Amino acid sequence: MHPAPSVILFTTLSGLGFGFLAFLGAGCLHPAGLTAFLLWGLGYALAIGGLLFSTFHLGNPQRAWRAFTQWRTSWLSREGWASVLTLLLLAPVALSDWLGLGWSGLPGVIGAAMCFVTIFTTSMIYAQLKTIPRWNHWVTPVLFLCFAGTGGAILAGKVALAVAACLVLAAVMVAGWQIGDRRFADVGATMESATGLGAIGKVRVFERGHTAGNYLLREMIFVVGRKHAARLRVIALVLTAVVPALMLLLAGPHPVAIALAALCHLAGAMAQRWLFFAEAEHVVGLYYGQR
Amino acid sequence: MTALPGPTPRKLGLAIDLDTCVGCNACVTACKGWNDQGYGAPLSDQNPYGSEPSGTFLNRVHSYEVLPADAPAQVVNFPRSCLHCEAAPCVTVCPTGASYKRAEDGIVLVNEDACIGCGLCAWACPYGARELDAAAGVMKKCTLCVDRIYNDNLPEEDRVPACVRTCPTGARHFGDYADPDSTVSRLSAERGGMELMPELGTMPVNRYLPPRKKGVEQASPLAPLLDIRAAGLAGWLDRVLSRI
Ligand code: SF4
Ligand code: SF4
Ligand code: SF4
Repeated sequence: MHPAPSVILFTTLSGLGFGFLAFLGAGCLHPAGLTAFLLWGLGYALAIGGLLFSTFHLGNPQRAWRAFTQWRTSWLSREGWASVLTLLLLAPVALSDWLGLGWSGLPGVIGAAMCFVTIFTTSMIYAQLKTIPRWNHWVTPVLFLCFAGTGGAILAGKVALAVAACLVLAAVMVAGWQIGDRRFADVGATMESATGLGAIGKVRVFERGHTAGNYLLREMIFVVGRKHAARLRVIALVLTAVVPALMLLLAGPHPVAIALAALCHLAGAMAQRWLFFAEAEHVVGLYYGQR
Repeated sequence: MTALPGPTPRKLGLAIDLDTCVGCNACVTACKGWNDQGYGAPLSDQNPYGSEPSGTFLNRVHSYEVLPADAPAQVVNFPRSCLHCEAAPCVTVCPTGASYKRAEDGIVLVNEDACIGCGLCAWACPYGARELDAAAGVMKKCTLCVDRIYNDNLPEEDRVPACVRTCPTGARHFGDYADPDSTVSRLSAERGGMELMPELGTMPVNRYLPPRKKGVEQASPLAPLLDIRAAGLAGWLDRVLSRI
């Protein structure tokens, strides 16, 4: 799949944003006054910024409101609802932290839970697609939830929790790659099943349907850049989990350490997300003899 | 709406004959020609006369080489368009309700006025049957020529999809798979019509008729004559030349 910058920024930024908002909502930080304003502002900016980036992916963004209509069947629609509801639910909690109104508590906890529901709906947009076997597995939602939890814990400066989350995230990432590498073969789609010609013999592309590129090749049959996959996996592991954990362990919850650890984690998350798309093979590639 | 309608009373679709298709691309041209002028946004081209031409098509013809274990390779031309799946995954993922499957005849369509061009339906289709138009930013797909098949302004013989009407070898057939006596149902039953990628559970309506078994290579009737022993001068030459 084509690793479009808009979807990479959308999933990484809003993931981090909702993760952090969950910690704020659950009352793990007790900020007040200007600090509360800035911290909540950061959470909202990340979450909303990510969502805005997702609209750059659309052909007709002016009709984006229509995406709220099909929540009964579509995960993308559910994601729209979940994110808006979560942001609305947490708004009074943020206000109360800022102005010291004492409203947090239960609404905050519900909002925090909704943050993870939102992340889950985002992940299901990808995990539901049978056509992309690497994503079509429970490990995809687990991975997205772990990313949000880890990013949130780092930004919240909860050292022990963040280090533990980094370890879990690293393990889930490795498991995700291991499982993902086998998925295409497990699903069993081949050029023979795609063309129905397997009963005659082995199928090979003789001629493509067209001489130059098309939407399918650009969007779903992205094969360049996979040769650096092994190196990028190591980079993603080091940046998302190892370095942030070490930074927080050595420096403690110092604001500068937290900022650096979060930035490092975010950079790693983007590398991981680039791979998430670049390595994902769509079965339509079988018609082109390319995966 | 993006909920699937369940079993439809009619199941309109195509039967595509991989035995007779000669890969002439007439259906590709006819499809683009017809669907460029009436239904929805035109099928745009980008850089059509440049070095990297690209455009939106609802039907494309591939060619494959199939290698049987005990016979020479065979070339099979393979038209690829929407299969109007019964369990269409492209419909249920759509967030806007733009993608839908008609309850009356099972045709899968896009309401372009509601489509935001998110592309998720194209990701969900295993067969590459949907292409986002780069100019209009909306999803395009085969309409089964819904604006021909019910069109009373056209002469009766033209009330079939453009690709079916134009195919010079009659490799594309149109009909109702819910009716066991329709041409497509009978063809599919007789010829062992195939579902593509059944493992993905899309339940395609369209069927592909497999290439007929080619006769085994006949030994030449002249073969016995080829083994004639030369006699006389030629025989002598033959013996001398084989020795040196
Ligand atoms: S072939 Fe693709 S676009 Fe057509 S109905 Fe099936 S899944 Fe949808
Ligand atoms: S591209 Fe259009 S038709 Fe396809 S899922 Fe998105 S809104 Fe629906
Ligand atoms: S039925 Fe119509 S829209 Fe579909 S491939 Fe044939 S000509 Fe194109």
